[in-house]
Amino acid sequence: MNSNSETSSPPDTNLGNANAPPPAVPYMARTRGYYRAMGYKQDFTWATFDDEPFTPLAQDLAQTRVALVTTAGPSHWGGATTLNERAVWSGATTSAPAPFFTDLAWDKESTHVRDPESYAPLAALQGLAESGVIGSFSTQFHSVPTRYSHRRTLRDDAPEILQRCRADSVQAVVLTAL
Amino acid sequence: MSLVARYLEEHGLSTVILGSARDIVEYCGVPRFLFVDFPLGNPCGQPWDREMQADIANTAVNLLATVQQPRTTEVAHHQWTQDPDWRRRYNYVGPENAAQLRSIGDARRQRQAAAKSA
Repeated sequence: MNSNSETSSPPDTNLGNANAPPPAVPYMARTRGYYRAMGYKQDFTWATFDDEPFTPLAQDLAQTRVALVTTAGPSHWGGATTLNERAVWSGATTSAPAPFFTDLAWDKESTHVRDPESYAPLAALQGLAESGVIGSFSTQFHSVPTRYSHRRTLRDDAPEILQRCRADSVQAVVLTAL
Repeated sequence: MSLVARYLEEHGLSTVILGSARDIVEYCGVPRFLFVDFPLGNPCGQPWDREMQADIANTAVNLLATVQQPRTTEVAHHQWTQDPDWRRRYNYVGPENAAQLRSIGDARRQRQAAAKSA
């Protein structure tokens, strides 16, 4: 950790290359710096792994049934007192919650989430199914709670999403994080 | 979200993540990632821009078929057109807001302590 990041946001620079695209925002460093500035002593720990699972698509994309998983949720998540009260929720892909629960850590100063298609592309995926790019769009989409606990996500949420995808004969999944 | 993608992939489903926090997703390590360099909140395209959103969704699903190895990141070519200064803003910490952030943190800890003792 650069000591500078403990007291101020890290600089975003291109190191002199005017033609390079802007560097991606360093969200991990920004988040660490932000919570340290609020007086928290312990940094959040992000998950990291040395290897990655990989399942090649077993059939043509045009034959593939696709599901959507999003961190946006049903409106009743907003009534939960703690994060632990939120559980995996599924809704019909033909009717999005009105409104979605979106009170998560997105950039509330730079944009808005009034257009659900900007974070939960139900219509876009339905359009890809209708045009034959994908085989079909699943009957249901799934909302997964954002948690501090990696263990809870892996123990409770991920298996539940898998079970619901299998019940809908899904072969591939698009996941969107707000 | 990255943990869920990894779990699904381990159990036989192909996945692609659409997101804007490149460092966090790549630090975790996922099979397929379409990086959309927009403010957090709109990883599927700028609000109300149906053409852009359709293109991003199309790019994402095609990664399911074309990616040959895990930890592959594709960068969406679209540019955020609404505000060129957005990159500096998220969780900004500087001399202007340091005291305010400390005060917010203190108040939050007091609330949490009160809730625990109640």
